[in-house]
Amino acid sequence: MIKINNVVKKFTTGTKEFTVLDNISLEIAKGEIVGIIGISGAGKSTLLRCIGGLEVPSSGTIEVDNKNIADLDAKQKIEYYKSLGTIFQGYNLMMQQTVAKNIALPLEINRVNKAEIEVKVNTLLTLVGLEDKAKEYPARLSGGQKQRVAIARALANNPKLLLCDEPTSALDCLTTRAILDLLKKINAELGITIVIITHDIEVVESICDKVIVLDKSNLVEQGLVTEVLSLPQADITKQFLGKEAHQW
Amino acid sequence: MVEILLEGTLETLYMTFASTLLAYLIGMPLGILVTITDEKGIMPNKIINGVIGCGINIIRSIPFIILLIALIPLTKLIVGKSIGSTAAIVPLVIGAAPFVARMIESSLHEVDNTLIESAIAMGCNKREVIFKVMIPEVIPSIVRGLSITLITLIGYSAMAGAVGGGGLGDIAIRYGYYRYQYDTMMLTIFILIIMVQLIQFTCNYIAKKIDKKVR
Repeated sequence: MIKINNVVKKFTTGTKEFTVLDNISLEIAKGEIVGIIGISGAGKSTLLRCIGGLEVPSSGTIEVDNKNIADLDAKQKIEYYKSLGTIFQGYNLMMQQTVAKNIALPLEINRVNKAEIEVKVNTLLTLVGLEDKAKEYPARLSGGQKQRVAIARALANNPKLLLCDEPTSALDCLTTRAILDLLKKINAELGITIVIITHDIEVVESICDKVIVLDKSNLVEQGLVTEVLSLPQADITKQFLGKEAHQW
Repeated sequence: MVEILLEGTLETLYMTFASTLLAYLIGMPLGILVTITDEKGIMPNKIINGVIGCGINIIRSIPFIILLIALIPLTKLIVGKSIGSTAAIVPLVIGAAPFVARMIESSLHEVDNTLIESAIAMGCNKREVIFKVMIPEVIPSIVRGLSITLITLIGYSAMAGAVGGGGLGDIAIRYGYYRYQYDTMMLTIFILIIMVQLIQFTCNYIAKKIDKKVR
Protein backbone atom coordinates (compact mmCIF):
# COMPACT_ATOMS: atom_id res chain seq x y z
CA MET A 1 0.00 0.00 0.00
CA ILE A 2 2.77 2.43 0.92
CA LYS A 3 6.14 2.25 -0.75
CA ILE A 4 8.84 4.61 0.44
CA ASN A 5 11.93 4.73 -1.75
CA ASN A 6 15.18 6.42 -0.70
CA VAL A 7 13.47 9.33 0.97
CA VAL A 8 15.73 12.15 2.10
CA LYS A 9 14.34 15.18 3.88
CA LYS A 10 16.51 18.19 4.59
CA PHE A 11 15.57 21.36 6.41
CA THR A 12 17.50 24.59 6.26
CA THR A 13 17.51 27.11 9.07
CA GLY A 14 19.52 30.16 8.12
CA THR A 15 22.67 28.82 6.54
CA LYS A 16 22.62 25.48 8.32
CA GLU A 17 21.24 22.39 6.68
CA PHE A 18 19.83 19.49 8.65
CA THR A 19 19.14 16.04 7.32
CA VAL A 20 16.08 14.80 9.17
CA LEU A 21 15.49 11.70 7.08
CA ASP A 22 18.48 10.03 5.50
CA ASN A 23 17.71 7.62 2.70
CA ILE A 24 14.71 5.86 4.15
CA SER A 25 13.15 2.96 2.27
CA LEU A 26 10.31 0.81 3.53
CA GLU A 27 7.04 -0.80 2.60
CA ILE A 28 3.78 -1.02 4.42
CA ALA A 29 1.18 -3.56 3.34
CA LYS A 30 -2.58 -3.10 3.42
CA GLY A 31 -4.21 -3.94 6.74
CA GLU A 32 -1.00 -3.85 8.75
CA ILE A 33 -0.40 -1.99 11.97
CA VAL A 34 3.08 -0.55 11.73
CA GLY A 35 4.92 1.15 14.54
CA ILE A 36 7.65 3.68 13.86
CA ILE A 37 9.74 4.02 16.99
CA GLY A 38 12.59 6.35 17.85
CA ILE A 39 13.67 8.90 20.41
CA SER A 40 12.87 12.61 20.01
CA GLY A 41 14.58 14.06 16.99
CA ALA A 42 15.01 10.71 15.26
CA GLY A 43 12.89 11.91 12.35
CA LYS A 44 9.78 9.86 12.97
CA SER A 45 7.30 12.75 12.95
CA THR A 46 8.81 14.10 9.75
CA LEU A 47 8.46 10.67 8.17
CA LEU A 48 4.80 10.55 9.15
CA ARG A 49 4.24 14.08 7.82
CA CYS A 50 5.82 13.00 4.52
CA ILE A 51 3.49 10.01 4.32
CA GLY A 52 0.58 12.28 5.19
CA GLY A 53 1.51 14.70 2.43
CA LEU A 54 2.15 17.62 4.78
CA GLU A 55 5.85 17.60 3.91
CA VAL A 56 7.47 16.90 0.56
CA PRO A 57 10.68 14.83 0.59
CA SER A 58 13.83 16.57 -0.67
CA SER A 59 14.47 13.48 -2.75
CA GLY A 60 13.10 9.99 -3.11
CA THR A 61 9.48 9.00 -3.57
CA ILE A 62 6.54 8.01 -1.42
CA GLU A 63 4.02 5.95 -3.32
CA VAL A 64 0.61 5.28 -1.87
CA ASP A 65 -1.45 2.86 -3.93
CA ASN A 66 1.15 3.21 -6.68
CA LYS A 67 0.83 6.99 -6.88
CA ASN A 68 3.71 9.24 -5.95
CA ILE A 69 2.12 11.75 -3.61
CA ALA A 70 4.61 14.45 -4.59
CA ASP A 71 3.09 14.39 -8.09
CA LEU A 72 -0.46 15.16 -6.94
CA ASP A 73 -1.85 18.54 -7.98
CA ALA A 74 -3.66 20.75 -5.44
CA LYS A 75 -7.05 19.13 -6.05
CA GLN A 76 -5.71 15.57 -5.93
CA LYS A 77 -3.81 16.47 -2.79
CA ILE A 78 -7.05 17.43 -1.04
CA GLU A 79 -8.58 14.14 -2.21
CA TYR A 80 -5.52 12.36 -0.84
CA TYR A 81 -5.90 14.14 2.51
CA LYS A 82 -9.52 13.06 2.61
CA SER A 83 -8.53 9.45 2.01
CA LEU A 84 -6.55 9.35 5.24
CA GLY A 85 -7.24 9.95 8.88
CA THR A 86 -4.72 11.48 11.23
CA ILE A 87 -4.68 11.64 15.00
CA PHE A 88 -2.25 13.63 17.09
CA GLN A 89 -0.75 13.66 20.55
CA GLY A 90 -2.56 16.93 21.30
CA TYR A 91 -5.94 15.74 19.90
CA ASN A 92 -6.37 19.00 17.91
CA LEU A 93 -10.08 19.30 18.47
CA MET A 94 -12.11 22.47 17.95
CA MET A 95 -12.73 23.64 21.50
CA GLN A 96 -15.73 25.85 20.64
CA GLN A 97 -17.64 23.03 18.92
CA THR A 98 -19.47 20.07 20.35
CA VAL A 99 -18.11 16.55 20.04
CA ALA A 100 -20.67 15.83 17.31
CA LYS A 101 -19.67 18.97 15.39
CA ASN A 102 -16.02 18.05 15.61
CA ILE A 103 -16.68 14.63 14.14
CA ALA A 104 -18.98 16.11 11.50
CA LEU A 105 -16.35 18.49 10.09
CA PRO A 106 -14.69 16.03 7.69
CA LEU A 107 -18.15 14.97 6.51
CA GLU A 108 -19.28 18.56 6.00
CA ILE A 109 -16.30 19.37 3.84
CA ASN A 110 -17.13 16.26 1.83
CA ARG A 111 -20.61 17.68 1.15
CA VAL A 112 -22.40 14.84 2.92
CA ASN A 113 -26.03 15.80 3.61
CA LYS A 114 -27.20 16.63 7.12
CA ALA A 115 -29.27 13.49 7.78
CA GLU A 116 -26.42 11.24 6.69
CA ILE A 117 -23.97 13.18 8.84
CA GLU A 118 -26.12 12.64 11.90
CA VAL A 119 -26.34 8.90 11.32
CA LYS A 120 -22.62 8.62 10.62
CA VAL A 121 -21.66 10.68 13.68
CA ASN A 122 -23.77 8.46 15.91
CA THR A 123 -22.27 5.31 14.43
CA LEU A 124 -18.78 6.68 15.03
CA LEU A 125 -19.59 7.74 18.58
CA THR A 126 -20.80 4.23 19.31
CA LEU A 127 -17.68 2.75 17.75
CA VAL A 128 -15.41 4.79 20.03
CA GLY A 129 -17.66 4.35 23.06
CA LEU A 130 -18.87 7.93 23.50
CA GLU A 131 -22.58 7.56 22.62
CA ASP A 132 -23.62 9.91 25.41
CA LYS A 133 -21.13 12.70 24.68
CA ALA A 134 -22.43 14.04 21.34
CA LYS A 135 -23.55 17.40 22.78
CA GLU A 136 -20.60 17.79 25.14
CA TYR A 137 -17.73 20.23 24.54
CA PRO A 138 -14.14 18.89 24.42
CA ALA A 139 -13.08 20.97 27.45
CA ARG A 140 -15.34 18.79 29.57
CA LEU A 141 -13.78 15.53 28.42
CA SER A 142 -10.78 13.62 29.77
CA GLY A 143 -7.66 13.12 27.66
CA GLY A 144 -8.68 9.62 26.67
CA GLN A 145 -12.15 10.76 25.69
CA LYS A 146 -10.69 13.59 23.60
CA GLN A 147 -8.50 11.13 21.76
CA ARG A 148 -11.56 8.97 21.11
CA VAL A 149 -13.30 11.97 19.57
CA ALA A 150 -10.20 12.57 17.43
CA ILE A 151 -10.25 8.92 16.34
CA ALA A 152 -13.94 9.12 15.45
CA ARG A 153 -13.26 12.29 13.45
CA ALA A 154 -10.32 10.63 11.68
CA LEU A 155 -12.53 7.69 10.67
CA ALA A 156 -15.43 9.84 9.43
CA ASN A 157 -14.63 9.60 5.73
CA ASN A 158 -13.80 5.87 5.84
CA PRO A 159 -10.06 6.30 5.34
CA LYS A 160 -7.91 3.45 4.06
CA LEU A 161 -5.01 4.65 6.16
CA LEU A 162 -4.87 5.98 9.71
CA LEU A 163 -1.78 7.94 10.72
CA CYS A 164 -1.19 8.30 14.45
CA ASP A 165 1.36 10.78 15.77
CA GLU A 166 2.16 9.75 19.35
CA PRO A 167 -1.53 9.14 20.05
CA THR A 168 -1.02 7.96 23.61
CA SER A 169 1.93 10.03 24.77
CA ALA A 170 -0.22 12.39 26.82
CA LEU A 171 -2.28 9.63 28.41
CA ASP A 172 -1.88 7.50 31.52
CA CYS A 173 -1.18 3.80 31.12
CA LEU A 174 -4.73 2.55 31.59
CA THR A 175 -6.11 5.07 29.11
CA THR A 176 -3.27 4.24 26.74
CA ARG A 177 -4.28 0.60 26.95
CA ALA A 178 -7.90 1.43 26.11
CA ILE A 179 -6.96 3.65 23.15
CA LEU A 180 -4.61 0.99 21.79
CA ASP A 181 -7.37 -1.60 22.11
CA LEU A 182 -9.65 0.72 20.18
CA LEU A 183 -7.08 1.12 17.40
CA LYS A 184 -6.66 -2.64 17.27
CA LYS A 185 -10.42 -3.06 17.02
CA ILE A 186 -10.62 -0.51 14.21
CA ASN A 187 -7.88 -2.32 12.33
CA ALA A 188 -9.57 -5.69 12.76
CA GLU A 189 -13.13 -4.61 12.05
CA LEU A 190 -12.61 -1.99 9.36
CA GLY A 191 -9.38 -3.31 7.83
CA ILE A 192 -7.74 0.10 8.02
CA THR A 193 -3.96 0.22 7.72
CA ILE A 194 -2.49 1.99 10.74
CA VAL A 195 0.86 3.70 11.09
CA ILE A 196 1.78 4.72 14.63
CA ILE A 197 4.64 6.95 15.66
CA THR A 198 5.78 6.32 19.20
CA HIS A 199 8.67 6.45 21.60
CA ASP A 200 7.07 3.79 23.74
CA ILE A 201 8.10 0.20 23.05
CA GLU A 202 4.97 -1.05 24.79
CA VAL A 203 2.78 0.52 22.13
CA VAL A 204 4.73 -1.45 19.54
CA GLU A 205 4.62 -4.65 21.58
CA SER A 206 0.93 -4.51 22.24
CA ILE A 207 -0.61 -3.71 18.87
CA CYS A 208 1.88 -3.52 16.01
CA ASP A 209 2.53 -6.23 13.40
CA LYS A 210 5.65 -4.59 12.10
CA VAL A 211 8.14 -2.18 13.61
CA ILE A 212 10.47 0.34 12.03
CA VAL A 213 13.24 1.73 14.19
CA LEU A 214 14.61 5.16 13.40
CA ASP A 215 17.73 6.58 14.96
CA LYS A 216 19.46 9.85 14.10
CA SER A 217 17.57 10.22 10.82
CA ASN A 218 18.38 6.68 9.72
CA LEU A 219 16.29 3.57 9.49
CA VAL A 220 18.31 1.17 11.61
CA GLU A 221 16.03 -1.80 11.85
CA GLN A 222 12.72 -3.08 10.56
CA GLY A 223 10.77 -6.29 10.59
CA LEU A 224 8.01 -8.20 12.29
CA VAL A 225 7.50 -7.14 15.87
CA THR A 226 7.93 -10.71 17.13
CA GLU A 227 11.30 -11.03 15.42
CA VAL A 228 12.70 -7.61 16.13
CA LEU A 229 11.76 -7.66 19.78
CA SER A 230 13.15 -11.11 20.42
CA LEU A 231 16.35 -10.58 18.47
CA PRO A 232 17.05 -6.86 18.28
CA GLN A 233 20.05 -5.97 16.12
CA ALA A 234 20.47 -2.22 16.49
CA ASP A 235 21.79 -0.70 19.72
CA ILE A 236 18.91 1.71 19.94
CA THR A 237 16.39 -1.16 19.75
CA LYS A 238 18.21 -2.93 22.55
CA GLN A 239 18.06 0.24 24.58
CA PHE A 240 14.34 0.52 23.95
CA LEU A 241 13.96 -3.02 25.23
CA GLY A 242 16.08 -2.26 28.24
CA LYS A 243 18.55 -4.98 27.33
CA GLU A 244 21.46 -2.63 27.73
CA ALA A 245 22.01 -0.50 30.75
CA HIS A 246 21.57 3.01 29.51
CA GLN A 247 20.62 6.26 31.07
CA TRP A 248 18.70 8.88 29.13
CA MET B 1 -31.50 70.18 29.32
CA VAL B 2 -32.79 66.65 29.60
CA GLU B 3 -33.80 66.83 25.97
CA ILE B 4 -30.35 67.97 24.91
CA LEU B 5 -28.69 65.20 26.91
CA LEU B 6 -31.07 62.59 25.55
CA GLU B 7 -30.47 63.72 22.01
CA GLY B 8 -26.73 63.74 22.61
CA THR B 9 -26.86 60.23 24.06
CA LEU B 10 -28.79 58.93 21.05
CA GLU B 11 -26.37 60.63 18.67
CA THR B 12 -23.40 59.12 20.46
CA LEU B 13 -24.98 55.67 20.39
CA TYR B 14 -25.83 56.09 16.71
CA MET B 15 -22.30 57.16 15.78
CA THR B 16 -20.71 54.45 17.90
CA PHE B 17 -22.80 51.50 16.79
CA ALA B 18 -23.15 52.47 13.13
CA SER B 19 -19.43 53.08 12.78
CA THR B 20 -18.58 49.90 14.70
CA LEU B 21 -20.74 47.86 12.34
CA LEU B 22 -19.17 49.40 9.26
CA ALA B 23 -15.69 49.22 10.76
CA TYR B 24 -16.13 45.46 11.23
CA LEU B 25 -17.45 45.04 7.71
CA ILE B 26 -14.22 46.57 6.43
CA GLY B 27 -11.81 45.56 9.19
CA MET B 28 -12.78 41.92 9.49
CA PRO B 29 -11.83 40.88 5.93
CA LEU B 30 -8.65 42.94 6.25
CA GLY B 31 -7.79 41.23 9.54
CA ILE B 32 -8.40 37.80 8.03
CA LEU B 33 -6.34 38.66 4.94
CA VAL B 34 -3.43 40.01 6.92
CA THR B 35 -3.46 36.87 9.11
CA ILE B 36 -3.59 34.29 6.34
CA THR B 37 -1.09 36.07 4.10
CA ASP B 38 1.44 36.17 6.93
CA GLU B 39 4.68 34.27 6.42
CA LYS B 40 3.40 31.56 8.76
CA GLY B 41 -0.23 31.79 7.60
CA ILE B 42 -2.10 29.41 5.34
CA MET B 43 -1.70 31.57 2.20
CA PRO B 44 1.65 33.35 2.62
CA ASN B 45 1.84 36.36 0.32
CA LYS B 46 4.43 39.01 1.07
CA ILE B 47 2.96 41.66 -1.24
CA ILE B 48 -0.67 41.53 -0.02
CA ASN B 49 0.49 41.23 3.57
CA GLY B 50 2.90 44.12 3.22
CA VAL B 51 0.43 46.44 1.51
CA ILE B 52 -2.40 45.79 3.98
CA GLY B 53 -0.11 45.84 7.00
CA CYS B 54 1.48 49.09 5.89
CA GLY B 55 -1.90 50.69 5.11
CA ILE B 56 -3.21 49.74 8.53
CA ASN B 57 -0.13 51.18 10.21
CA ILE B 58 -0.32 54.45 8.27
CA ILE B 59 -3.94 55.13 9.26
CA ARG B 60 -3.27 54.04 12.82
CA SER B 61 -0.36 56.48 13.11
CA ILE B 62 -2.55 59.48 12.36
CA PRO B 63 -4.01 61.01 15.53
CA PHE B 64 -7.78 60.75 15.23
CA ILE B 65 -8.40 64.47 15.58
CA ILE B 66 -6.14 65.09 12.56
CA LEU B 67 -7.79 62.26 10.59
CA LEU B 68 -11.15 63.91 11.29
CA ILE B 69 -10.06 67.15 9.66
CA ALA B 70 -8.05 65.52 6.89
CA LEU B 71 -11.04 63.46 5.81
CA ILE B 72 -13.46 66.38 5.50
CA PRO B 73 -13.30 66.41 1.67
CA LEU B 74 -13.99 62.66 1.55
CA THR B 75 -16.82 63.01 4.04
CA LYS B 76 -18.39 65.75 1.90
CA LEU B 77 -18.06 63.49 -1.12
CA ILE B 78 -19.77 60.52 0.59
CA VAL B 79 -22.36 62.16 2.85
CA GLY B 80 -22.71 65.51 1.13
CA LYS B 81 -21.83 67.50 4.23
CA SER B 82 -19.16 67.48 6.92
CA ILE B 83 -21.34 68.36 9.90
CA GLY B 84 -23.62 66.10 11.91
CA SER B 85 -23.54 62.59 13.32
CA THR B 86 -23.90 60.83 9.99
CA ALA B 87 -20.99 62.79 8.57
CA ALA B 88 -18.94 61.85 11.63
CA ILE B 89 -19.37 58.18 10.80
CA VAL B 90 -17.05 58.45 7.79
CA PRO B 91 -13.88 59.35 9.74
CA LEU B 92 -14.95 57.09 12.60
CA VAL B 93 -15.15 54.08 10.27
CA ILE B 94 -11.90 54.88 8.53
CA GLY B 95 -10.18 55.42 11.86
CA ALA B 96 -11.60 52.27 13.42
CA ALA B 97 -11.39 49.76 10.54
CA PRO B 98 -7.59 49.31 10.79
CA PHE B 99 -7.95 49.01 14.55
CA VAL B 100 -10.58 46.29 14.06
CA ALA B 101 -8.34 44.56 11.53
CA ARG B 102 -5.57 44.31 14.13
CA MET B 103 -8.00 43.04 16.77
CA ILE B 104 -9.28 40.33 14.42
CA GLU B 105 -5.69 39.48 13.54
CA SER B 106 -4.73 39.06 17.17
CA SER B 107 -7.84 36.95 17.84
CA LEU B 108 -7.08 34.67 14.87
CA HIS B 109 -3.53 34.22 16.12
CA GLU B 110 -4.97 32.48 19.15
CA VAL B 111 -5.85 29.47 16.98
CA ASP B 112 -3.30 26.74 17.51
CA ASN B 113 -1.18 26.00 14.44
CA THR B 114 -1.61 22.30 15.12
CA LEU B 115 -5.40 22.68 14.81
CA ILE B 116 -5.00 24.46 11.48
CA GLU B 117 -2.64 21.77 10.30
CA SER B 118 -5.01 19.00 11.31
CA ALA B 119 -7.79 20.76 9.39
CA ILE B 120 -5.56 20.78 6.32
CA ALA B 121 -4.64 17.13 6.90
CA MET B 122 -8.36 16.42 7.00
CA GLY B 123 -8.77 17.84 3.51
CA CYS B 124 -10.15 21.29 4.34
CA ASN B 125 -9.44 23.81 1.61
CA LYS B 126 -8.28 27.29 2.60
CA ARG B 127 -11.78 28.74 2.74
CA GLU B 128 -12.94 25.89 4.99
CA VAL B 129 -9.92 26.30 7.26
CA ILE B 130 -10.78 29.98 7.72
CA PHE B 131 -14.56 29.83 8.02
CA LYS B 132 -15.17 26.39 9.51
CA VAL B 133 -12.22 26.16 11.87
CA MET B 134 -10.37 29.40 12.59
CA ILE B 135 -13.23 31.91 12.95
CA PRO B 136 -15.61 29.69 14.97
CA GLU B 137 -12.73 28.97 17.35
CA VAL B 138 -12.13 32.65 18.11
CA ILE B 139 -15.69 34.04 18.28
CA PRO B 140 -15.46 34.58 22.09
CA SER B 141 -12.20 36.45 21.58
CA ILE B 142 -13.78 38.54 18.80
CA VAL B 143 -16.64 39.47 21.15
CA ARG B 144 -14.15 40.57 23.79
CA GLY B 145 -12.43 42.65 21.11
CA LEU B 146 -15.79 44.12 20.15
CA SER B 147 -16.14 45.71 23.58
CA ILE B 148 -12.73 47.35 23.16
CA THR B 149 -13.71 48.67 19.73
CA LEU B 150 -17.07 50.01 20.95
CA ILE B 151 -15.52 51.79 23.90
CA THR B 152 -12.71 53.23 21.79
CA LEU B 153 -15.32 54.49 19.33
CA ILE B 154 -17.30 56.20 22.10
CA GLY B 155 -14.13 58.13 22.83
CA TYR B 156 -13.51 58.88 19.14
CA SER B 157 -17.11 59.96 18.68
CA ALA B 158 -16.64 62.54 21.43
CA MET B 159 -13.76 63.96 19.43
CA ALA B 160 -15.88 63.93 16.31
CA GLY B 161 -18.44 65.89 18.34
CA ALA B 162 -15.90 68.63 18.86
CA VAL B 163 -15.73 69.29 15.13
CA GLY B 164 -19.45 69.27 14.51
CA GLY B 165 -20.43 65.64 14.88
CA GLY B 166 -22.92 66.19 17.66
CA GLY B 167 -23.31 63.69 20.50
CA LEU B 168 -22.27 63.82 24.12
CA GLY B 169 -18.74 64.95 23.35
CA ASP B 170 -20.13 67.99 21.56
CA ILE B 171 -22.38 68.83 24.55
CA ALA B 172 -19.54 68.41 27.00
CA ILE B 173 -17.32 70.77 25.06
CA ARG B 174 -20.00 73.33 24.23
CA TYR B 175 -21.42 73.59 27.74
CA GLY B 176 -18.45 72.62 29.85
CA TYR B 177 -15.58 74.20 27.97
CA TYR B 178 -17.14 77.22 26.28
CA ARG B 179 -19.85 78.14 28.78
CA TYR B 180 -18.29 76.93 32.02
CA GLN B 181 -21.38 74.84 32.86
CA TYR B 182 -19.46 72.17 34.67
CA ASP B 183 -22.59 70.41 35.95
CA THR B 184 -23.73 69.71 32.37
CA MET B 185 -20.28 68.46 31.53
CA MET B 186 -20.30 66.19 34.57
CA LEU B 187 -23.66 64.81 33.50
CA THR B 188 -22.37 63.91 30.06
CA ILE B 189 -19.38 62.22 31.64
CA PHE B 190 -21.71 60.31 33.91
CA ILE B 191 -23.76 59.10 30.94
CA LEU B 192 -20.58 58.07 29.13
CA ILE B 193 -19.42 56.10 32.18
CA ILE B 194 -22.72 54.23 32.30
CA MET B 195 -22.50 53.48 28.57
CA VAL B 196 -18.96 52.13 28.83
CA GLN B 197 -19.84 49.98 31.84
CA LEU B 198 -22.88 48.55 30.11
CA ILE B 199 -20.98 47.70 26.94
CA GLN B 200 -18.14 46.10 28.88
CA PHE B 201 -20.51 44.11 31.06
CA THR B 202 -22.65 42.90 28.16
CA CYS B 203 -19.70 41.87 26.00
CA ASN B 204 -17.98 40.09 28.89
CA TYR B 205 -21.21 38.30 29.71
CA ILE B 206 -21.76 37.14 26.13
CA ALA B 207 -18.12 36.14 25.67
CA LYS B 208 -18.20 34.09 28.84
CA LYS B 209 -21.50 32.50 27.90
CA ILE B 210 -20.34 31.35 24.45
CA ASP B 211 -16.77 30.40 25.38
CA LYS B 212 -16.71 26.61 25.66
CA LYS B 213 -12.98 26.39 26.22
CA VAL B 214 -13.33 26.95 29.95
CA ARG B 215 -15.42 24.36 31.67
